[in-house]
Amino acid sequence: MEDLVVRSRAIDAAREAGAAFPLGELQRSLRRPRTVVSVFLTALTTLLTLAALVPLFSVVYMLLVRGIHKLSLSVFTSLPPAALEQGGGFGNAILGTLVMVGIAALLSVPLGIVAAIFLAEVGPRTWLAQVVRFGAKVLSGFPSILAGVFAYGAVVLVTGGFSAVAGGIALAILMLPTVMLTAEDAIRMVPAKVREAAIGMGATPTQVIWRVMLPTAIPGILTGVMLAVARAAGETAPLLFTALFSNFWPNALMDRTASLAVLIYNFSSMPFENQIEMAWAAALVLVLLVLTANLIGQGFSRRSGQQ
Amino acid sequence: MIQARDTTTASKSASDSKDNGDVVIDCNIDELYYGNFKAVRGTSIPIRKGQITAFIGPSGCGKSTVLRCLNRMNDLVRGFRFRGHVHFRGKDIYHASIDPVAVRRHIGMVFQQPNPFAMSVYRNVAFGLRLNGYRGDKAQKVEQALRSAALWDEVKDKLHKSALALSGGQQQRLCIARAIATEPAVLLMDEPCSALDPIATRKIEELMLELKKRFTIAIVTHNLQQAQRVADKTGFLYVDTTQGGRTGYLVEFGDTRQIFESPREKHTQEYIRGQFS
Repeated sequence: MEDLVVRSRAIDAAREAGAAFPLGELQRSLRRPRTVVSVFLTALTTLLTLAALVPLFSVVYMLLVRGIHKLSLSVFTSLPPAALEQGGGFGNAILGTLVMVGIAALLSVPLGIVAAIFLAEVGPRTWLAQVVRFGAKVLSGFPSILAGVFAYGAVVLVTGGFSAVAGGIALAILMLPTVMLTAEDAIRMVPAKVREAAIGMGATPTQVIWRVMLPTAIPGILTGVMLAVARAAGETAPLLFTALFSNFWPNALMDRTASLAVLIYNFSSMPFENQIEMAWAAALVLVLLVLTANLIGQGFSRRSGQQ
Repeated sequence: MIQARDTTTASKSASDSKDNGDVVIDCNIDELYYGNFKAVRGTSIPIRKGQITAFIGPSGCGKSTVLRCLNRMNDLVRGFRFRGHVHFRGKDIYHASIDPVAVRRHIGMVFQQPNPFAMSVYRNVAFGLRLNGYRGDKAQKVEQALRSAALWDEVKDKLHKSALALSGGQQQRLCIARAIATEPAVLLMDEPCSALDPIATRKIEELMLELKKRFTIAIVTHNLQQAQRVADKTGFLYVDTTQGGRTGYLVEFGDTRQIFESPREKHTQEYIRGQFS
């Protein structure tokens, strides 16, 4: 601070003595290097930001171009075609994806929220919370195939077969850390004054959490859930080990179950035109499902922003 | 560190006083720490039934800290330690056998910043009733609380709109309505008007004078005129910087009139004169 004062005094003195201090001209000029650099850097940042959008838009564009002409009502209602058969669809795979993501959500959402309550409210600084938080962070960076391998060993081998339940469990393992960590954040974001208000009213810890913290945090929690759902819906690797695939409608949770992700994986490597086109259409449907989940999640977070 | 004392001391100090009104909260803080920081020492304030007791003093003198001791809100602060006792109706609220949640139900609180929940006006006021599992006519209780808080006429047409849409002054009166809906014995107010404009402040002050007929009130305020206008008793706290830290302590406590017109202590005189001249 003092330095600055001394320096500005020196500048004042120099000005009074008549020595022009080079402040630069006010007029903008393209001839000055500073202006050129500025324009260049602005253009560069804009360009690179646009470049970051290229992958997303090119994928969606490609899927639309290749997938849309196969899309019809029958695709949603019929079963996958056999080798040289024409037509067909992947209704069972859509249903299978929904069922397995549903199972995964049923397992991971309650568990994740309860754990988040512990992390954010009950014992945020306990060693248990530290360990769980660290574990969740590690788990969220886990290669998804390992969740599949684990569920294969722990569920498929034990129950004696590939099943929707095994697939759901594998996906739940992937969803859990996302749900838990975002829910913890959402609960933490509840302003301290709101929490104090509840405690000041003589709310028990349970009442504070149940009646104030959770209702206030619910949009944030739902955002996390939708993000986790969106991720789980697109996973292929864990399902290859757990639910495998089926060409028929699922009729029991312990049966092999088709999913969009595995259908895309299977059909895209087949030598038949119909199947390959079917894979494109399925990819488009999957992207639309994931996009819907994401948009719903964003809707929730925007609502929480308003409050 | 939290010391439990014999509960008889409270009744003794209450009967010692020649003042009118029973002591509802007998606060006696020997030392209060946040971690290693000694925030308050030597502060004894009796809070009498049906009166308004004001805590005044410069920033950092620990007025809010003392107030938050009275319903165990300080339990939320990490590293909070306390030596002394706070007796509520003769019971030491820091005794191990006491449930802090129950304490807060008897001793309600209104905060500096209006802090309504992100719910409707109605649900905000009914909040305490729900917490306590109130089985009777909630709507009637809510109306009664809102009327007592002089807010009913302004919100009766938007009971089911979000409380966050109200003005600051209305929000604060809503918080008062929420606090009194369950009819606690004591209402603690931590600078309830510092976030409000003079008109809203006036309303809250009138409200306090009305409420003291039914509730005992303790208020922290920066505004000396406010203390003069509303308080029956006033305690002046000051900061002691002589021992290295910044420790607050009670300099003088007495009738508001006496504190403002003929303060006994030099610090009180200086503070009150400094604010007026």
